[in-house]
Amino acid sequence: MKTDIILAGVGGQGILSIAAAIGLAAIESKLFIKQAEVHGMSQRGGDVQSNLRISDKEICSDLIPLGKTDIILSIEPMESLRYIPYLDKNGRIITNNTPFINIPNYPDMETVIDEIKKNPNNIIIEADTIAKNTGSVRSSNMVMLGAASHFINISFENIENAVRKLFSSKGSDIVDMNIKALQAGRDAVESKQIR
Amino acid sequence: MKNILLLGDEAIAQGAIDGGLSGCYAYPGTPSTEIMEYIQHNKLACENNIHRVWSSNEKTAFESAIGMSYAGKRCMVCFKHVGLNVAADAFMNCAITGINGGLVIVSADDPSMHSSQNEQDSRIYAKFAMIPILEPSNQQEAYDMAYTAFELSENIGLPVMIRITTRLAHSRSNVETKPQKPQNDLHLPTATKQFILLPAIARRNYESLIAKQTVLRELSEKSSFNKYIDGNDKSLGIITTGIACNYLMENFIAAPCNYPVLKITQYPLPYKLVEKIYSECDKILVAEEGYPVVEELLKGFISDNNKILGRLSGAIPRTGELSPAILAKALNMDTDKPCEIPDLVASRPPQLCQGCSHRDVAEMINSAVSEYGKGRVFADIGCYTLMALPPFDAIDTCVEMGASITMAKGAADAGLVPSIAIIGDSTFTHSGMTGLLDAVNEKSAVTIIISDNFTTGMTGGQDSSGTNRLVEICKGIGVEHEHIRVIIPLKKNFDENLAILKEEMHYSGVSVIIAQRECIQTFARRVKSNRKS
Repeated sequence: MKTDIILAGVGGQGILSIAAAIGLAAIESKLFIKQAEVHGMSQRGGDVQSNLRISDKEICSDLIPLGKTDIILSIEPMESLRYIPYLDKNGRIITNNTPFINIPNYPDMETVIDEIKKNPNNIIIEADTIAKNTGSVRSSNMVMLGAASHFINISFENIENAVRKLFSSKGSDIVDMNIKALQAGRDAVESKQIR
Repeated sequence: MKNILLLGDEAIAQGAIDGGLSGCYAYPGTPSTEIMEYIQHNKLACENNIHRVWSSNEKTAFESAIGMSYAGKRCMVCFKHVGLNVAADAFMNCAITGINGGLVIVSADDPSMHSSQNEQDSRIYAKFAMIPILEPSNQQEAYDMAYTAFELSENIGLPVMIRITTRLAHSRSNVETKPQKPQNDLHLPTATKQFILLPAIARRNYESLIAKQTVLRELSEKSSFNKYIDGNDKSLGIITTGIACNYLMENFIAAPCNYPVLKITQYPLPYKLVEKIYSECDKILVAEEGYPVVEELLKGFISDNNKILGRLSGAIPRTGELSPAILAKALNMDTDKPCEIPDLVASRPPQLCQGCSHRDVAEMINSAVSEYGKGRVFADIGCYTLMALPPFDAIDTCVEMGASITMAKGAADAGLVPSIAIIGDSTFTHSGMTGLLDAVNEKSAVTIIISDNFTTGMTGGQDSSGTNRLVEICKGIGVEHEHIRVIIPLKKNFDENLAILKEEMHYSGVSVIIAQRECIQTFARRVKSNRKS
């Protein structure tokens, strides 16, 4: 059993919180984990990604090989496409639909969505709207984690506990808001999409 | 023993703390920064009063570490690969003095230059200094090596280098920790003249360093960190160093590897093991992250040795970090052709944060130099290097820490008018101050802008050595008081600031304009933590 995930987004969008939550949950589930992330110059408003690998056996490479990724989990639609070469032919794209436009040549949104839909296993989530409804748009990353939770081989209970632990130092209001966002993201995936 | 999730950097920090560390000395630099940050936030390190304050630069860090080692305690000095250039004088001579308390150097290389200006390989430095290297292949080894490196250092009487690369530094994995060892007691070196490198003593120490080389090689041959994994198919033998082993093994998950593999993680090279794989196999593939250090050694200089494959032979790309795919290709393994990135995906380079003071400084510079034309702005290392990108396109050089001021001086010496330097506060106290003294001594016609955001920004907001003292420092170095101008880079002050800059650009001597406004990232964090308390 292994799950290889590429977390994608733009610097500052909170992909490292998703990585940290899955990491905690994986340890709790007695799994092996490797999670490579990007620090330094590339963090400043540029594209960022994290390679996250979970397995019940020891993991060799910190980087996921080309064409082997099970899930591209992206907080930003165009960014989900940047890592297509790494996606397994049966892999899944789970992405937020709200663009983060900080470049002058951001492509037309419709063509971005069409391109994502070329992958039969795509799930597009209105994460910002859902997060706004559950408290704050800042928890859209937890909405995305909730949506992806169906496809990660870790019990939802352990993911929930990890999110609690991750935000515990910030007070119970912040914990509750993130848990709500997580659950709402999980509920946003239709049952026909879960196989 | 605990099982915890740690970055490679953090595993080294925890291993050192558990291995009896008394002091860590460092200057921030990606990908090494998190080692010191972990120690600063570690409960045990705080309780045991382990030294954990940032130094002004890598050289001062290294020298403090030599001092702590002299006093008998275990210490670690950490920096990115180019930081070792700054510390090189201390580094090379520390191999000649030898150590008293265990001294471990962590040099974090950045192949593919994710956040650096070159991809120099620290292993060449260690060979230059003739000291051992430990090069962990994973987070557990990073922990284990830091844990045992002090003993190795004390046993051989030499500093020991731990060399890592970006991928290990910034990747997290499970690590099992070991029981904590006590710190050393304060004790002075028994050989009283060991640390006096007068020629007569240095010659003796140098002979002793050379005599130790055989011992170091034997230690590598016996080391449990180096592994020979036999295989039946001798048509190829594979030598991996450090993290390369993981990328190799990733290709042998479905079917086991039948080639003999020599996994090297301790140097100098274990001669007997290398000789064994070389003599048993028809060809040798060398997979190493960084320069072709091992490959070049095996190949020899004047030989037409086609037996060795690697970065020099073209089997592996000459530059950049390794990956599972690169190893698969070097082994001629069949892999599916990956899909292409769709054409519509636009590149998204890093950029200065919205609201960042460097943005205002960049606009001010552009406006001031517009009448002279491009090519007159010498910049430095930090967030403000991003002024090189659109929409600013405001700077013309970025070479190494501190070079802005001295390059501007050299260009002014050559007759360039105006000659402008832009440097951050942390970079200024790292290695801009001595260059400023040169400029003051010669009354060079340079206009120096210190873009002071009270922090070391690019690496995540570490303390900056000269915060709130830059004016006094410039006065002390001898800049004329009336040519030290403090401005606040905000939109509303633009006209006033521009006038000040232009005025100083007309002065044909040294001017320093200190543009002060807190980094918006550290500002936001400060507001948040104030609100909490």
